[in-house]
Amino acid sequence: MLLIECPWCGPRDEAEFAYGGEAHIARPTEPDKLSDAEWAEYLFLASNPRGTYLERWRHAHGCRRWFNAVRDTYTHEIIEIYAMGSLPKSKLGIQAYEDSWRRGSAAEQNAKRGSAKS
Amino acid sequence: MSPQSHRVTERGRTDKTRLIPFKFDGRDYVGQAGDTLASALLANGVHLVGRGFKYHRPRGILSAGSEEPNALIQLGQGQRSEPNTRATQIELFEGLVAESQNRWPSLAFDIGEANNLVSRLLPSGFYYKTFMWPASWWEKYEHMIRRAAGLGKAPVGRDPDRYEKHHAHCDVLVVGSGPAGLAAALAAARTGARVILADEQSELGGGLLSNSEATIAGKSTEAWRSDTIAAIEACEAATLLPRTTVTGYYDHNYLTMVERVTDHLANPPAHLPRQRLWKVRAKRVVLATGAIERPLVFRDNDRPGIMLSSAVRTYLQRYGVLSGRRALVFTNNDDAYRTALSLKEAGGVVAAIVDLRIEVSGALLDAARAKGIEVLLGHAVVATKGHKHVRSVSVMALTGAGDGVQGLAREIECDLIAMAGGWNPTVHLLSQSRGKLSWNEDLGAFVPGQSFQAETSAGSCTGALETADCIRQGLKAGMDAARAAGFKGRAPAAPKVEEHSGSGGMRLIWTVPSTRPVGRGGKHFVDFQNDVTAADIRLAAREGYQSVEHLKRYTTTGMGTDQGKTSNVNALAILGDVLSSDIPGVGTTTFRAPFTPSAIGLYAARNVGEFFDPERRTMIDEWHREAGAKFEHVGQWMRAWYYPKPGEAQRQAVDREVKAARDGVGIMDASTLGKIDIQGPDAAEFLNRVYTNAWLKLGIGRCRYGLMLHEDAMVFDDGVTTRLAENHFHMTTTTGGAAGVLDWLEEWRQTEWPEMKVHFTSVTEQWAVVSICGRKSRELLAELCDDIDLSGEAFPFMAMREGTVSGLPARVFRISFTGELSYEINVAARHGLALWRALMAAGEKHAITPYGTEAMHVLRAEKGFIIVGQETDGTVGPDDLGMDWIVSKKKPDFIGRRSLARPDMLKPDRKQLVGLLTDDPNEVLPEGGQIVADLKPAPPMEMLGHITSSYYSPNCGHSIAMALIKGGRARTGEKLFVPLDGKTVSVRVVEPKFFDPEGERANG
Repeated sequence: MLLIECPWCGPRDEAEFAYGGEAHIARPTEPDKLSDAEWAEYLFLASNPRGTYLERWRHAHGCRRWFNAVRDTYTHEIIEIYAMGSLPKSKLGIQAYEDSWRRGSAAEQNAKRGSAKS
Repeated sequence: MSPQSHRVTERGRTDKTRLIPFKFDGRDYVGQAGDTLASALLANGVHLVGRGFKYHRPRGILSAGSEEPNALIQLGQGQRSEPNTRATQIELFEGLVAESQNRWPSLAFDIGEANNLVSRLLPSGFYYKTFMWPASWWEKYEHMIRRAAGLGKAPVGRDPDRYEKHHAHCDVLVVGSGPAGLAAALAAARTGARVILADEQSELGGGLLSNSEATIAGKSTEAWRSDTIAAIEACEAATLLPRTTVTGYYDHNYLTMVERVTDHLANPPAHLPRQRLWKVRAKRVVLATGAIERPLVFRDNDRPGIMLSSAVRTYLQRYGVLSGRRALVFTNNDDAYRTALSLKEAGGVVAAIVDLRIEVSGALLDAARAKGIEVLLGHAVVATKGHKHVRSVSVMALTGAGDGVQGLAREIECDLIAMAGGWNPTVHLLSQSRGKLSWNEDLGAFVPGQSFQAETSAGSCTGALETADCIRQGLKAGMDAARAAGFKGRAPAAPKVEEHSGSGGMRLIWTVPSTRPVGRGGKHFVDFQNDVTAADIRLAAREGYQSVEHLKRYTTTGMGTDQGKTSNVNALAILGDVLSSDIPGVGTTTFRAPFTPSAIGLYAARNVGEFFDPERRTMIDEWHREAGAKFEHVGQWMRAWYYPKPGEAQRQAVDREVKAARDGVGIMDASTLGKIDIQGPDAAEFLNRVYTNAWLKLGIGRCRYGLMLHEDAMVFDDGVTTRLAENHFHMTTTTGGAAGVLDWLEEWRQTEWPEMKVHFTSVTEQWAVVSICGRKSRELLAELCDDIDLSGEAFPFMAMREGTVSGLPARVFRISFTGELSYEINVAARHGLALWRALMAAGEKHAITPYGTEAMHVLRAEKGFIIVGQETDGTVGPDDLGMDWIVSKKKPDFIGRRSLARPDMLKPDRKQLVGLLTDDPNEVLPEGGQIVADLKPAPPMEMLGHITSSYYSPNCGHSIAMALIKGGRARTGEKLFVPLDGKTVSVRVVEPKFFDPEGERANG
């Protein structure tokens, strides 16, 4: 069982948290401009790497707040915890963010046009 | 045999003055306080304690610890009976009752032993080879095989014992309390670190408890042991836990431990649990788990009286038991000489030491010879005799290469063989923690390689053989762990240890040769618990099961309840011999938690029965119970299902309630509906994004029904939301969906739209809700409410008014889930029961009728209203439900909108919600029934869909059903079929509106 550092409550057992899947999947602001295939990329596709992964967690049985984490899916090492709406600062986290296929996706371009959110 | 015939009075730690009576296989015996069941049986000269798994050969006690493969015992009686417990770990208590397993009719005479005579017909993979065909017979075979292959019997009925869970944090967890573990705990605890020291045995000390030869720091091992324990106990932050097995090592240094709290007590105090499951988060872990001695694989090495050499020593030195009067020691290394010397000193006879090695030197050999013990170097035991107890062995000289025997065989009489095949470090927990193992050629064993977690190994689990090395490693590991956890200090100096040492070195002969080829006469057992022999492994390898994982499953070696603690390395090595590969080349299997079997009850602990899941009850619950309501579970809620009058069956009660709720006045407790208070300047805009319809212009005091979709356009929840003020809404959700909806709203606000100013608060339990329904509901409400104008014009459908009902401050919603004139009266939860009683009293003259969830389901189905989770299952969109009317065509966006245009959502053969009417008005279809158009005499038939809701409708005088059917709406008027067990019901497809299709009755 992982030990996860909630940014507001401190280190707690994984049992207190709910997993939120891949982080940084921005919602397109003008979905009508996306083809079915491009929309499906946003809706259905998630990365599943062996290694560094940017993911979301929620302290479901605590403060109920969402946050992001950089975790190694092989070692389960949690490399970084960072706030929702911000980008990773660790070297591995930055690299995983930049290397993601999603950065070039039509869905993400669409999301960026309409919002300041990253 | 006389009682305790094999007890040596001047040795051991047992209390000679406290005799403990116990029963084994119906016979009465006496042991001593401090005995295990195994040591007490051996003290009485009992070796035969079980039968082999497959061949039912007589089996005796092999070991003195948790690795025991043979002495598996059915312990206790009735519902407390527990199978497959290890006699070597059961502490003796007064009145203990134990039975042997896997024998019939008795241990001494076991019919199953006939298997041994036909063992040539039971090779590895026997089941797979024999029961392959005909395939349809497998079920019959399986039943038979399972009955034949059992060990103990699982108790029937509920576990009567209580278990507990305990969460703990520590800086340093030390696993094992032998010389290394005690040293580590001492070094760490002295720094002030929070230390937990856990050991599976009843006393701390590990190997020290059976080592009386050495001196440590000039003291006896016992004096050093007790002084060290006292020094650790003196540290305030140290917790010492005997009888506590660390069973699992998980991510981020999370370990589970099983503490046997009262298993050893004849009369456990009522306030204590039987066992306690510890969940420990440790900053650092020191594994001082020791080593397990390996059996030698020689011909017929499984007879009772053939034991591990270290176990023989333990029974003597710790329990004061001579396991035999005339011992033969068979070894490939130095350690067995210690056993021979101990036996001799205690007055036993050592017939000979048979050593596989050719060149041996050192103090141990000299000491043995000085005591007059015959030592046969370069020799092997090639056969054993004795059916229920070993009687003699046959010894021959080995060839130079060790692959055969030569010369004349010599018979040596003995009633005990102490075998020593070297040591396997106990690396199970390290392996569970994902640490890497490495093969040590000198020791012929896997030792800890690279750590994966914050953990260090110390002592004999690293392969260290001498007490001095174990203590030194322990002190360093404990100190390093405390420092890594942020503590300062210096480790105590390593004490000087004096003990006999040998020359070191061992001769690894993985299958000891005999006069006949392996597999042709006699059996060389590798896995005692699963009856796997060297011949089985060789056969499996020849048949192509050369991967260690395949070999394991095909032969079942290492798959018993002992996880192959004594057999794995021998099996790997024999496989390596066949494949001409070294052992690292063969590879290892992974050890899994738990280290020793643990009771399922532990993992449930207190979460059983009424504590399994919280039960939620409304504030009006008391009234429902008094009224004799039947209840049903809705999520965690207990809801009144129906209220039978004396003599009424369910159907009669529900019919009565359904009629009354339309024609008179019905009353229902709707408090369980999910309720979320939504406030903030962006509240309306937020609702506009999460619901499919428009919300910006909803007037204050007005209600609107809304449908929520997931982003994939599938229906996820529904409910009525009311605007209380410009920036204040009251949302209702389904009873079961309340928590999920709140999470959903929070997710979008926190992760996608953090700029929106809106807050959500669950108020489900703050409000009690009573729904009154039917033609007379307005009249009833008017009697109790004088500050709200109830006229249709002043208080229209889908509006909310605040006022008082029976003097209680209330929000009254004119909304309806039944299609009837209906009011949902919300009062503070604490007023719920008072409101209900006031309405019941005032409604008496209208024959007010309480109705439950079943009647509610019928009423809404009459109207064709859906229930999310009943008509939907996560694959149903709004158009599938015929609810396109609630999906805004004007809003630029809302959650799920884009997916409504996905090609799959537009297919004409999507399953759509329709109504079904049976030809026979009294035929109520089963929910879940499959629907077909093209009826065939037997399956398979093309299934068009299934029935989602089905009831008898007293208001229609006809059964009614709703169903999801492929292209259903286009089939309106068609005749379809529902094939059931023994009959087929034909149905007509109709629009899912069975009663008041124009919806006039909601206006009263």
